Amino acid sequence: MLTHLPILQVIVPLMAAPICLMLRPVRLVWLFALIASAMVFLISVALLQQVVQSGTIIYEIGGWSAPWGIEYRIDLLNAYLLLIISAISTVILLSTHTSIQSELAAERHTFFYVAYLLCLAGLLGIAATGDLFNVFVFLEISALSSYALIALGNNRRALWASYQYLIMGTIGATFILIGIGLMYVMTGTLNMYDLSQRLPEVSDSRTVFTAFAFFIVGVCLKLALFPLHMWLPNAYAYAPSAVTALLAATATKVAVYILIRFIFSVFGVEFSFSHFPLQDIFLVLSLAGILIASTTAIFQQNVKRILAYSSVAQVGYMILGFSIGNPAGLMATLLHLFNHALMKGALFLAVGAVMYRVGGVQLSDFAGLGKRMPWTMAAIVIGGLSLIGVPLTVGFVSKWYLVAAVLERGWWPVAVFILVGSLLAVIYIWRIVEAAYFQLPAPGNAEVREAPLSLLIPTWMLVVANIYFGLDTRLTVGISESIAKMLFGVEP
Amino acid sequence: MWMLELPPFVPFYVGALLALITRGSLRSLLMIAVPILGVIQLWTVPEGVHLRLAFLDFELIPYRADKLSFMFGYVFHIAAFISIIYALHVRDTVEKIAGMLYVGSALGAVFAGDLLTLFVFWELLAFSSVFLIWTRRTPRAYVAGMRYLVIQALSGVILLVGALFYADHNGTLAFEQIGLNGIHGWLIFIAVGIKCAFPMLHNWLTDAYPEATPTGTVFLSAFTTKVAVYMLARAYPGTELLVYIGAAMTCFPIFFAVIENDLRRVLAYSMINQIGFMVCGIGIGTALAINGAVSHAFNDIIFKGLLFMSMGAVLHMSGRINGSDLGGLYKSMPKTTALCIVGAASISAFPLFSGFVSKSMIMSAALENGYDWIWLVLLFASAGVFHHAGIKIPYFAFFAHDAGIRTSDPPKNMLTAMFIAAVLCVTIGVYPAVLYALLPFDTGYIPYDATHVLAQTQLLFFAALAFAWLNLQRLYPPELHSVNLDVDWLYRRAVPTTLRACFGFVRNSKITLQQFLRGNLDKFLLSASRHEAANWMLRPGLTGSMVMWVVVSLAVCLLLGFV
Repeated sequence: MLTHLPILQVIVPLMAAPICLMLRPVRLVWLFALIASAMVFLISVALLQQVVQSGTIIYEIGGWSAPWGIEYRIDLLNAYLLLIISAISTVILLSTHTSIQSELAAERHTFFYVAYLLCLAGLLGIAATGDLFNVFVFLEISALSSYALIALGNNRRALWASYQYLIMGTIGATFILIGIGLMYVMTGTLNMYDLSQRLPEVSDSRTVFTAFAFFIVGVCLKLALFPLHMWLPNAYAYAPSAVTALLAATATKVAVYILIRFIFSVFGVEFSFSHFPLQDIFLVLSLAGILIASTTAIFQQNVKRILAYSSVAQVGYMILGFSIGNPAGLMATLLHLFNHALMKGALFLAVGAVMYRVGGVQLSDFAGLGKRMPWTMAAIVIGGLSLIGVPLTVGFVSKWYLVAAVLERGWWPVAVFILVGSLLAVIYIWRIVEAAYFQLPAPGNAEVREAPLSLLIPTWMLVVANIYFGLDTRLTVGISESIAKMLFGVEP
Repeated sequence: MWMLELPPFVPFYVGALLALITRGSLRSLLMIAVPILGVIQLWTVPEGVHLRLAFLDFELIPYRADKLSFMFGYVFHIAAFISIIYALHVRDTVEKIAGMLYVGSALGAVFAGDLLTLFVFWELLAFSSVFLIWTRRTPRAYVAGMRYLVIQALSGVILLVGALFYADHNGTLAFEQIGLNGIHGWLIFIAVGIKCAFPMLHNWLTDAYPEATPTGTVFLSAFTTKVAVYMLARAYPGTELLVYIGAAMTCFPIFFAVIENDLRRVLAYSMINQIGFMVCGIGIGTALAINGAVSHAFNDIIFKGLLFMSMGAVLHMSGRINGSDLGGLYKSMPKTTALCIVGAASISAFPLFSGFVSKSMIMSAALENGYDWIWLVLLFASAGVFHHAGIKIPYFAFFAHDAGIRTSDPPKNMLTAMFIAAVLCVTIGVYPAVLYALLPFDTGYIPYDATHVLAQTQLLFFAALAFAWLNLQRLYPPELHSVNLDVDWLYRRAVPTTLRACFGFVRNSKITLQQFLRGNLDKFLLSASRHEAANWMLRPGLTGSMVMWVVVSLAVCLLLGFV
């Protein structure tokens, strides 16, 4: 049983999804999905332990060995990602039973869980597999199910947002496929490890350059790197809150993972940073993304859109981290993967609670909620502080390492950009705080009560995690340090 | 034994929590008990590092006690005690909590042994104190508080950046002498400079403090700037630049203070002036000068508190604070008048009052170290401070023309608080040894010798004479309702206007450009998609432009890859 953990990780949610269709009533479906997700979480914990103790796990599906069969290769980076995805997904599922009631028509609830589990399976699959074509397949599974999830929203605009995402996602996937195809042409293999061995021989050919460019652009579209981010704000704003929380906390992280895996493992640091001017491109785009997306966030009226633009900016920080091109920078990216999942998860869940009680998430809907929904608003304040990067929260830890990595390179103007980004974050978070604590409640909000415990508990689990991992950094810093050293080929 | 381990900010944070859950006289009792228990606890603590934590790769020292931090620790407790008594009649829970958190944060900052802990308390200081301004609950106070918060938070961010560079440079975060070498030194210097109200960075103080509640200003006057003075004394003693900055700080506020009408704003300016003396002393950097700076901070907290309290009492009882609206209050508020005069005498450094025993140390140190010109500037500033704080405040509030206000002395708690402060002013003035025992260095300084006393008395009498003469000749700037322009005009008027103009320009050019492009693109885009519906999201451009960006990115990647 233990040897099959890598595949179980993916199989459990994949199989659970169709079973959901046979279950009645919805409460049971929810419980089933929750159990499936919790199992996946436990598996990922076990995997992480196994990897930490005994190194990379290689699992051959159906017993076919690597270049012919598909292999799952779980090293520390995969295990770390699996842990993030499954943990966040489980916490979000805790809240969905309540939160989707106000946001989805009743007959769609079962479909929601089906799509949710499929999306989860796709995300986990990407993070687990060692096969290139498998990545594409799982990418499509997660993308298709997330189009459906976004379109489930009651707001009719959700449909259009989902359609836009569909177009862009498909273009991105096509680019990735073209990249994969070109790589296959040049090397005759789809196994990532094999590729990394064979690519250096042909790394001077234009085909490989083209493959790399297609692949990178496709993935950047998926992870919403500025200026390829425009699908994201609408998708996040009109999707049901639980979906937004899931996508914001995990989907972009997986895309960042693919990028890291390709740049560092498959193509290698040498090719990516010396042959290809990736560093300059990413540096410019990430800085522009941080500034422009943060500034745009300031002018939004819809809180979900504020947070969505802030996500684009945060992706900028992640990309900035590894464009620095030293282990410390990569470490900052990996820390931010984890930490950003915690902050955005907490924030979107709290916003979901407001949606549940007030029915809207415009800034005007937040007026006076500080008194009416004190716990929810406190969660938003703490999540916001974390987003800004205030000490004692996780946001500070990742910003600290990021700035330290930048300074190690002596790029102090970049450090200034990072701090300006933080100041912009202060402004957009402040607008929410101001509405909640300094404005009188709108006449319709007089009767609003605190959100139910079923929403507050998952939200606060993530809020507490925001503070806990801001203080006790052993787990996150330790793991990401070893991963960074591993990917840079430095012996830990 | 565990009591020793408890950092001094903890009792106040607990007090803030208690203020939240209790009401009425129980709350008053608890509030008073906090500083008393706090100071007793502080008394039992020996010097040294009492708490260490590991964070990331650094060692944090949240509780480090030495003579310098003790000095500020004691006076902060005294100031808290006085301010709490003064604010006993206030029922506003938010203000109570903010006050306690504010004091706690100030104590946390002066006992912080590393820059990160310091930064945390530095920001908490800003975020707790702004509520003392907002609780006045006027739109003006809200806006002023906002400006205050932005500037304070900015100073915190600069401090953090400085700390990062410091850690990068020294491999440790321990907060010791820093000095102006390297970018970290300058960044931290600027951060402290903002809080310390260096010239051109001072406007948050004169902008925000007079807008706070009558009781809130008393709290505010004691802590923020003195934490900054503490930091300077620890990190930058003997930095010559500080001598000149300090001298500038003693002089320029005088002119603003003389023409200012709002009496609490006059005090805010005089506060910068007093801090100038301290900064100057720290810049000179000898044992005597540092002693002088620190003890002047100690005294200033008490006598400036006393003056703010008396003006707060006037505002509380009469509802007015402009010099032009007040006058003749000595008839109805005799006790307040007397106490205010004690404060005025102290700030003017009359012999036998507390200001004298500390200020003379800085002056002597300036002379001993060859800063003759600086000594003259300080002398001028001493005359100036007597002018605007020593005479103007009591004169326009309590004497001058009778404004016809009939009221009475303020509530008992306010009077008690003022009385305690006045007693301290006189006690320290008469028995300076009490104060000198707490000082970081032992210099055996004697303030009461003939030259000091004579020089100071002469100076004061001539300043008084000048005021009387100017006033009689009607040459003294009259008290008028007016707005005085200061450096804050730059960010309150000039920058927004310029920015607005810039944005307008950008918008106009963007519109022109758009129209130009639209002429060519629209037909194509419209024919490509027939989605010209009313809904904003159905803009035909969105998907199209996204795809365009994808293509552009790919092209750029390929181009750069091949070149």
